[in-house]
Formats: sequence, C-alpha cells, structure tokens
Amino acid sequence: MLYQSMDGGCSDDVTTEIGDEPHVLAVDDNLIDRKLVEKLLKNSSCKVTTAENGLRALEYLGLGSDQRNAMEGTVSKVNLIITDYCMPGMTGYELLKKIKESSVLREVPVVIMSSENVPTRISQCLQEGAQMFMLKPLKQSDVKQLKCYLMKCRG
Amino acid sequence: MEVVQIQRRLVDYTKSLFMEGFLDGQFLQLQQLQDESNPDFVVEVVSLFFDDSEKLLNELTIALDQPNVDFKKVDGHVHQLKGSSSSIGAQRVKNVCIAFRNFCEVQNIEGCLTCLQQVKQEYYLVKNKLETLFRLEQQIVASGGSIPMIEMGF
Repeated sequence: MLYQSMDGGCSDDVTTEIGDEPHVLAVDDNLIDRKLVEKLLKNSSCKVTTAENGLRALEYLGLGSDQRNAMEGTVSKVNLIITDYCMPGMTGYELLKKIKESSVLREVPVVIMSSENVPTRISQCLQEGAQMFMLKPLKQSDVKQLKCYLMKCRG
Repeated sequence: MEVVQIQRRLVDYTKSLFMEGFLDGQFLQLQQLQDESNPDFVVEVVSLFFDDSEKLLNELTIALDQPNVDFKKVDGHVHQLKGSSSSIGAQRVKNVCIAFRNFCEVQNIEGCLTCLQQVKQEYYLVKNKLETLFRLEQQIVASGGSIPMIEMGF
C-alpha cells in the first residue's frame, strides 16, 4: 500500500512487501559520485549495482556486444537506471539510446544526472525517453522523489 | 579535556568552516547519510576525495607543463575535480575549478597556471581543515562521547 499526502507528494510511511526493494543500476565514471549515489539509494531501501562506464553497464544489463540476442524472452534485472551524462567513451545520452533500442530494456526508466544545467542537453535526453533529469550533486530529497516514482510504478 | 568541551570545539570549528566558505550544505548531506550501518561513511568518502584529488592535481601539473598543452585533457581533469569537490561540499575548491574551466575553454595558459596554483592551495587548506575535524571527532568517540549534529540554521 502506498500512502500519499494530500498535495500528491509521498509521505515517508510507505509500507512495502518483504523483498520489494527496487534494484537500481547506477552508472558514473567518478568514484566519489558512485559511492555517494550508492549510499543515497541504499538509505532509501534500494538494492544497488554500480558501473563505472556505459560499456560495463550494458554488459551487466545483457546488452554487451557479444551478448546480442541473448536477451530474447528475458526480463530486466533492474527497475531503474540512473546515469551520469558526462562520461568518457559513451555518454549517458548514448547509453540511454542503447537502452531504448532494446525491446527488453526500453521500459526501464532511465534517469540522467549532470553537474551542468544545460537546457538543450536536458531536452535532448527527455526527448530520447529519459524519465527525469537531475542536477548533481544529488541530495536525499532527490532520491526520495525517485523512490516515490518507483513505488508508484509498481502499483 | 572534558568531552563536552571537545564537542563544543567541534561544533564551533565546523560552523567556522561553513562561515569561511570551505564547506557548503553538501557536506551536511554527507553527514546525514552516515548511520550505524556505515559509521565511517564521511571519512571514507572524504579519503577517496583526497586520493582522487591528489592524482588529478599531479595530472594537471604534468599536462600544463607540456610544450603544447592539450586543453581538452586539462579540462577533463578539472571537470573531474569540480565534480568530486562539489559532491563532498568542498566549496572553495569547486569555485576555483569553475574559473579554471573557463580558462581552459579559451585556452589561456596563464589563467590555467594561476588556477592550478589556487586550486592546489584551496585543496590543501580544506584537506587540513577536514583532517582537524576528523581528529576532533575521533577524540570525542575515544572519550565515549557522541558526535554532535550541526543544525542548519546557524
């Protein structure tokens, strides 16, 4: 059961079923940021897997270059992907596109984080299907918002 | 020294770091994340920041010492340092990084060198301050006391 306060926001009294922790994949090339986002998510009762770049993230999700077609008929391991935008090699935007191209993973919400508030960047990501765009550094209130959204999704 | 006295010293010291702009609200976020399941969270993250920053400062020194400076590379390192310092609340370091990136963008070597000097200075200052803060915390815990939480509205 999810209790909501009158203004439509989430109260902290969320009753969850046992084993109902959302699983989040967090992608960021910065070690400090990875540790921070992991702790923020764990403090919100999420199970967390971290990846240091887009390629590792894709491999974890089963979309690695040598894993093509292995995903057919499988279900996503994760309930949410949160990724940094500026990463060497593959940007968060490119990662988002790859996820949206996958029939299995395209339904998984993707949140993009960035330390830079660039309107064109934000709209580009949202247009490509990102669920949300968040400014770094993340705070507890940001993650609470995310958790609320995830719990709503599960109904 | 009595525990209460050390606790007062810690509170005053922490407040001064905020007043002087060494730390911002993000540091408080870190402290709020610390709990019984991870009682050394802040020290762990800040230690990572120290290691990471020192590597980056070395890379920056080398990159800016080249005959043909690769400003993109320099900017990449500064971007990392800006991100880390912002994430732990090291405000003054972050602010120098912002200026530093602007000089990278216009490929101004003198500006970059000045910023490198400044960012090193600010880094070593905040490192020193945070180490002092952690030492005070250790003293309190060793004397059987608890770390006082800083209220936001000071």
